[in-house]
Amino acid sequence: MDGVAQLQKQLVDYTASLFQEGFLDEQFNQLQQLQDESNPDFVVEVVSLFFEDSERLLNELAKALELKTIDFRKVDAHVHQFKGSSSSIGAQRVQKVCIAFRNYCEEQNIEGCLKCLQQVKHEYSLVKSKLETLFKIEKQLIAAGGSIPT
Amino acid sequence: MENGFSSPRSESFPAGLRVLVVDDDPTWLKILEKMLKKCAYEVTTCGLAREALNLLRERKDGYDIVISDVNMPDMDGFKLLEHVGLEMDLPVIMMSVDGETSRVMKGVQHGACDYLLKPIRMKELRNIWQHVFRKKIHEIRDIDHHESFEGIRLSRNGSEFSDDCIMFSGEDLTSFKKRKDFQNKYDERDYGDHSSTKKHRVVWSVDLHQKFVKAVNQIGFDKVGPKKILDLMNVPWLTRENVASHLQKYRLYLIRLQKENDLKASFGGIKHSDVPSEDTSGGFGLQSSIHTNQNDVANDRDQFSGSNFYGQDLDAKNNEGYREEIVSEPKPDSKKPLTADVPDPQDTRSSQMSFDHSSASLGSDVNYTEFDCSIPKQYPWSECPEVQSKQERKLLLQLEDGFSQQPPGVPQHYIEIDQLQSVRDTSSPIKDEPVLVEYKSRHESHISPKETTIDNFSAQSKSLIAYHQSFEPSSTAISSMKPQAVDLSCITDLESCQRNLISPSDSTFPPFNEDLTVCWLQSDFLNKNFGLPNMEFADYSDPSFIADIPVHLYDTLTSDYECPYDPTEYPIVDQGLFIV
Repeated sequence: MDGVAQLQKQLVDYTASLFQEGFLDEQFNQLQQLQDESNPDFVVEVVSLFFEDSERLLNELAKALELKTIDFRKVDAHVHQFKGSSSSIGAQRVQKVCIAFRNYCEEQNIEGCLKCLQQVKHEYSLVKSKLETLFKIEKQLIAAGGSIPT
Repeated sequence: MENGFSSPRSESFPAGLRVLVVDDDPTWLKILEKMLKKCAYEVTTCGLAREALNLLRERKDGYDIVISDVNMPDMDGFKLLEHVGLEMDLPVIMMSVDGETSRVMKGVQHGACDYLLKPIRMKELRNIWQHVFRKKIHEIRDIDHHESFEGIRLSRNGSEFSDDCIMFSGEDLTSFKKRKDFQNKYDERDYGDHSSTKKHRVVWSVDLHQKFVKAVNQIGFDKVGPKKILDLMNVPWLTRENVASHLQKYRLYLIRLQKENDLKASFGGIKHSDVPSEDTSGGFGLQSSIHTNQNDVANDRDQFSGSNFYGQDLDAKNNEGYREEIVSEPKPDSKKPLTADVPDPQDTRSSQMSFDHSSASLGSDVNYTEFDCSIPKQYPWSECPEVQSKQERKLLLQLEDGFSQQPPGVPQHYIEIDQLQSVRDTSSPIKDEPVLVEYKSRHESHISPKETTIDNFSAQSKSLIAYHQSFEPSSTAISSMKPQAVDLSCITDLESCQRNLISPSDSTFPPFNEDLTVCWLQSDFLNKNFGLPNMEFADYSDPSFIADIPVHLYDTLTSDYECPYDPTEYPIVDQGLFIV
């Protein structure tokens, strides 16, 4: 069916672009491979978990950096956590910012940290919307009777 | 948290491997669970370390392996690692997104059998069963040695290990295949008969431990030996082997405590860094690694790592009740805490092992701080970080020093430690005489007839045998201490460790996992300058005392031991100290 074929192509292309632009990395592939009949929504579930957790972490980060006296160790711990969870779904760009972020924490550089916070928030929202778009296409594809190409 | 506890693996090992995953990151938890399930493992997930410990404690035999993240909010992953190692003696794999060498090192030192970097691939998880298998083999080997190689089968619960399984895990077995003793045994295909000797993990409950301590006190530290303790304890189901390994841990713990105290009290006195580093045996390597880590924390703590470890070991084992009693060191006034978070253990120093459970937390803190360097006993050799080679050397040197004072007949390994102690009477003599004595006597027993000791050594898989000196009956000459093939360096892979250990000397010492800890304990011990007077070596000729030191320790004393020890004060016996 044209509709399905079209959606499939759209999905494939879109996914490829995400990889090319560095939003996602190999880890995301791993997730996709884990998905199977017993867990048909595995990727969506995992990514949703990631979103939830990230929002919480970002809030904590913002709060920690708003304090009069910043506890850099705590900030670093949060960033470390965020780095870990972004690595879980392969959110490469987010991860990269986290690395820079941690360096600033080590240097106790407030400005650097604040800058990174903005950056990481930005990257996070980018990858979030990209993934949401991806899932939308997938849903459409399935609704049209197609299956997600592996 | 989910997961009904099923019975141990069925015939299709490694399928059905019961894995406990601990990670505070829900995303990773879900991913790992899925990955492990795909490997046909039985997975239980847990978001909190405390919860994980509870789960483990509730079902002591409910899991085969634990995978844990390093950074967790409620408890440091390394602490959990220690606990698990001590209490449950399960293999633990650490994970982290942080792959810095120092962290990995720390993991190894704390006894992790592997350290995975996130993002984790499924293929990495597929082979985690090897750690379980390896451990089993070691246990069996120990039992075997202990029981004179009676028909010990590998499987624990019936036909867990099929022939195929054994076969294809041949790589793991090659190292000990070399061991003559086991050669025939493991070559056998008859694994069907699993009825015999299943080694049960002994859980040293508080009560049990108290009995143990009581017995030890009754006998007297300097005369203590597993058999005597066992007799006194009068616990029918307890085996000599159990007691022996526990005794070793206990000793290490005491030493560690002592060290901590010493450290705190007089840092300056002990210059671990001065320890000569010449060919320390492998055992020291362990030490060094520990030391290395220690460096971050405290200056001279390196040595203590061993003790810390021990303390933790024991601590965990005894619900942290141990600590207090074991600490027999005088309260240090100005001791630098070994690690930042080391509580003040000195408070609980008591010369005897009096249970003082109240300060359990203290102990645990103490232990944990030292965790850096501690090497959980159950850690396979692979955990010997080579980084510490320097320290290892030191240890060796120290040992050698002590060694030289030994009567020629005594196997080096043990003597060395003792010797060192006597040599060192510099800094604050530690009141841990009991510890020292124990330590010594422990070793002494190991020294017992060379012929038998070797066998005995292997029996104690858990024993931390500090001195993993290559036990070479032939090389008793103290003067000729030459570091045997101690290949502690860079042994990150248990197997390679094993191989190293085994191959050089083709002795029948099984690669020991836990012995590592012992090694460094000793060094710590040594460094402490306990000023231990020459303790007589009791029980040297006690053949029944199965050396906690795994036989395989002896195997690998190599001269290439590259521990960066400064060959200073302690003429370390090259030969024997190696920590496998």
